[in-house]
Amino acid sequence: MTIPRFWREIPIRYNLMGSKCPLCGTVFFPPKEICKICRRVSIDQMIHEKLSGRGTILTHTTVHEAPTDFESQVPYYLAIIELDEGPSVLGQIADCTNGDLAIGKRVHSVFRRVSEDGVSGTIHYGYKFVLDHSR
Amino acid sequence: MREVAILGTGITRFREIWDKSFKRLGIEAGLEAIQDSGIQGKNIDALFIGNMASGLFIRQEHIASLVAEEVGLTLNNTPAIRVEGGDAAGGLALAQGFSAVAAGIYDVVVVGGAEKMSDLPGASIVETIASSIDQEWECFFGATQPSLWAMMARRHMHDYGTKREQIAKIAVKNHNNGSLNPKAQFPFKVTLENVLSAPPVCEPLTTLEAAPISDGAAAVVLCSLEKAREYTSEPVVIKGVGLATDSLALHDRMSLTTCKVTSVAAERALNMAGVNIKDIDVAEVHDSFTISELMAMEDLGFVEKGKGGEAVDDGITKLGGDIPINTSGGLKARGNPLGATGIAQAVEIYHQLKGKADSRQVADARFGLTHNMGGSGGTAVIHVMEAV
Ligand SMILES: [Zn+2]
Repeated sequence: MTIPRFWREIPIRYNLMGSKCPLCGTVFFPPKEICKICRRVSIDQMIHEKLSGRGTILTHTTVHEAPTDFESQVPYYLAIIELDEGPSVLGQIADCTNGDLAIGKRVHSVFRRVSEDGVSGTIHYGYKFVLDHSR
Repeated sequence: MREVAILGTGITRFREIWDKSFKRLGIEAGLEAIQDSGIQGKNIDALFIGNMASGLFIRQEHIASLVAEEVGLTLNNTPAIRVEGGDAAGGLALAQGFSAVAAGIYDVVVVGGAEKMSDLPGASIVETIASSIDQEWECFFGATQPSLWAMMARRHMHDYGTKREQIAKIAVKNHNNGSLNPKAQFPFKVTLENVLSAPPVCEPLTTLEAAPISDGAAAVVLCSLEKAREYTSEPVVIKGVGLATDSLALHDRMSLTTCKVTSVAAERALNMAGVNIKDIDVAEVHDSFTISELMAMEDLGFVEKGKGGEAVDDGITKLGGDIPINTSGGLKARGNPLGATGIAQAVEIYHQLKGKADSRQVADARFGLTHNMGGSGGTAVIHVMEAV
């Protein structure tokens, strides 16, 4: 991923910045310019909102075949997490082993190194999640 | 709107074909289809090509012009159009060709699909396949296509009690069918034990549950039903087309165990055709992974949501079952050259409805269905066909 492309999304990836539609109350992550439910009337109305990073595992997997930038991390753990504010996100679960993960377990976000670009050497940071009650 | 028929088909064998270029594959399938249909090059009004990622795989965009030149369609400057929609590109190209003929814009069109994947090294192929999922909010965190399907499988098992073995049996069935298809990439059988004990790709799925890396091309000739009758007394008609789109990222969708695009597109195609899902005699569905086929069985309406696993145990989708699925071997065993897949599905259903599927023939097949999907479920294309 090129540096400008990564840099653009830093506020969202570092601070878990979402957006809320004041008309219907739906929270989106990543933030949306318009609410996909209210559409036209929500233009210029959306409010940026920092999310708590707390949520519940909806599903998870252990990755054994990875893209180049992630090959050094194999095996790693991915999950889809339903955040307490409503939206779901995909992220890695850190500091765990295979047996620790289960649907329904509670997690919270942490700031971590996500990957290293093998070609440019750029290190990408962002959110990961850890289990609330890890051993 | 005019009725549209398939007049002829062509397909290369699917596999890693190092000695053949993208261009060469396209020519082979295209010329076979034209020969099979009995039309002449001068009758062709337009060419539609489904292709997912030639820019990433072979660093060549603008491939419609490239292929048109090689098949001799530039002499009359025949229009050639590339269609892209992840691995649903082939199905989308077919839908575009259909629309153009149905609307009366063109009388005869060739619709091809092609992908040349094996020119890249392995890890780059994984990344290129992942270009049909969300780069910013999935791939950035290490997600791949198999990881998303693995997470859908896990949730399906959790919600419906679907068993690991039930999901894996789909690969066994598709390899059985592939063993009867001389054009299949893997014309051999595998056992349930082979599938379950293969190395994991993304847990719970193993490498034997994922469609392979393939090069290949397929093509069909479409024309109005009226014109088709000049060439054949038994045309195959495309009775219904259904398209649907959902969010690119899996986590933005309503459900992790349903591909809503599949159920919506199916409803649209079946309504247009005036056909009930129970009337379908044979179907080719998008089994990019074993779980994809299991979910498609439910989302298309062949079985109730959550009953896919049981239906696999009952064998209803095997050859000789109530609703044979992926008689060609599917993406799993026939092969999955991304942009070619949607067309390859149409080629198999055409052969089934013409009674030309040899040892894979479904007896008295009248209605057939194809289901082609993009990414983890951002796009679905359904065609319903009938032998008339
Ligand atoms: Zn709203």
